[in-house]
Amino acid sequence: MTQMDTTTDTTTGAPTDTTADPTTAASGGGEGSDGLLAPVPDEDGAPFFAYAARGELRVQCCADCGEPRFPPRPCCPHCQSFDCLWKKLSGRGRIWSYVLPHPPLLPAYAAQAPYNVVLVELADAPRIRLVGNLVAARDAALNSVPPERIRIGAPVKAAFHATEGGLTVVRWLLERP
Amino acid sequence: MGATETTRTTAGAIAGAGATLKDATAIAGIGQTPFAKRLPESEKTLACRAILAALDDAGIAPSEVDAFASYTMEETDEVEVAKAIGAGDVTFFSKVGYGGGGSCATVAHLAAAIATGQASVGVAWRSRKRGSGPRPWTNTRAQLPTPAQWTRPYGLLRPADEIGLLARRYMHEYGATRDHFFNVALACRNRANQNPAAIMYDRPLTREMYMTARWISEPLCLFDNCLETDGALACVVVSAERARDCRQRPVYVHSAAQGLPAQHHGMVNYWNDDPLTGPSWTAARQLWKTADFGPQDVDVAQIYDAFTPLIPLSLEGYGFCARGEGAAFTEGGALEIGGRLPLNTGGGGLSEAYVHGFNLITEGVRQLRGTGTAQVPGAETCLVTAGEGVPTSALLLRS
Repeated sequence: MTQMDTTTDTTTGAPTDTTADPTTAASGGGEGSDGLLAPVPDEDGAPFFAYAARGELRVQCCADCGEPRFPPRPCCPHCQSFDCLWKKLSGRGRIWSYVLPHPPLLPAYAAQAPYNVVLVELADAPRIRLVGNLVAARDAALNSVPPERIRIGAPVKAAFHATEGGLTVVRWLLERP
Repeated sequence: MGATETTRTTAGAIAGAGATLKDATAIAGIGQTPFAKRLPESEKTLACRAILAALDDAGIAPSEVDAFASYTMEETDEVEVAKAIGAGDVTFFSKVGYGGGGSCATVAHLAAAIATGQASVGVAWRSRKRGSGPRPWTNTRAQLPTPAQWTRPYGLLRPADEIGLLARRYMHEYGATRDHFFNVALACRNRANQNPAAIMYDRPLTREMYMTARWISEPLCLFDNCLETDGALACVVVSAERARDCRQRPVYVHSAAQGLPAQHHGMVNYWNDDPLTGPSWTAARQLWKTADFGPQDVDVAQIYDAFTPLIPLSLEGYGFCARGEGAAFTEGGALEIGGRLPLNTGGGGLSEAYVHGFNLITEGVRQLRGTGTAQVPGAETCLVTAGEGVPTSALLLRS
């Protein structure tokens, strides 16, 4: 595992482990059979999903100055280096904000509405706030946590959910359910 | 030194190192179609009607038009519009991106082109059947790649959801309440109730209606969201000198700016130090830097209102109050006629029509002509803004 932390192609930042080649592991996307949208990663974002498939939350960091950046992009806005690596994070964070969408929505989402969408500020990289869902278990429905349990500042931890579209997305569980 | 060596051109602009847009150009004509949930004519036909109405308002022949500007989301292009209305040879055309963030920039681009001699008669327009046509967010094929890979799979599908996240945080940090958002919705609705062209002309809004309305994306309810409208609008930009010979009282483009802040991410601006400091802050710095007056001198404001929380955020960004005070600013009827800053005096996107903010430009012109349906007495200065939350633009207009 420690080796995987550092074994990255510093040009693309992609994991070099061929069992999870991000160009294949993170392709696909679109719409799953459950009707929910799956991510359609671009070249820069593909490693995020490849690592998520292994149960790891990693963000792109500059290989030279070390600054994390999100969303992933070709070069570092601080030092302009094109070399990057993907740093493994603790998977912990706090809810920065949330909404409860109601219809009109795409049908698969309307079926679960009102559900929650949370914005999670990462403990290890506070300027990065990941959009996700607070769920009762990693494969539970988008509305599986009662709205009254959701509050700004609540500590959460990452969970990894394999979508029906084939990609793994990061979801969030309350640290104190 | 450079300033003393400059010379005034016939366009009223200052040539040379000190070149400035300030009052060099003016909006000489405005035009629009009716607004409705559904209009039978095509977007192209509506665009032509609005543009010809604006030219007629200015008293300028279509054959004199040599510049066009619109939004990248505009479906009618300058080739089709130019040949339909009978424009002459066109020497400047421009499209501005980022949806409603581009509204004021269309005028700014024309002003820059005319002030620098690239063209002489510019038309900016927006024609959109958003009332009867599809909602953009339902096109998931177009929406899923960057940056939507990070947001839409989780059900953050619509602009209302994206802005809702910022609104919830704003409420949390600064004590803003739904009553503050209601103040915005009410001011716009009250003005629409005075404007026969407004979709909501005969539909008053009460606090009871607002507080019991259905949710769209909590904390935003139905009345925090703009309308869905079919309609088209246009305006004509010419040199200040030319404008003084036109049919209507000139409304000068005093200052103009676009705004794309460092490390900004569009409407999903969640990945930087301070997501609540949006593009309006960047546009405002440039806008005021080149103006002869400040926020305290603005008589009336037309602030982009796709969602009510954009008003307090914009009030802060454009300097009408300090950070965190935008919600409190709306109290005590501040946004009504007679208040500190009369807002969206035609009803805005919330209650007149939602045509990507172009009706805010035309209403600003009416106010400075003194012909608004809810006229601010003696209004001489007007701020018009484009969409906050996305790369934006703004205009300071004066009579």
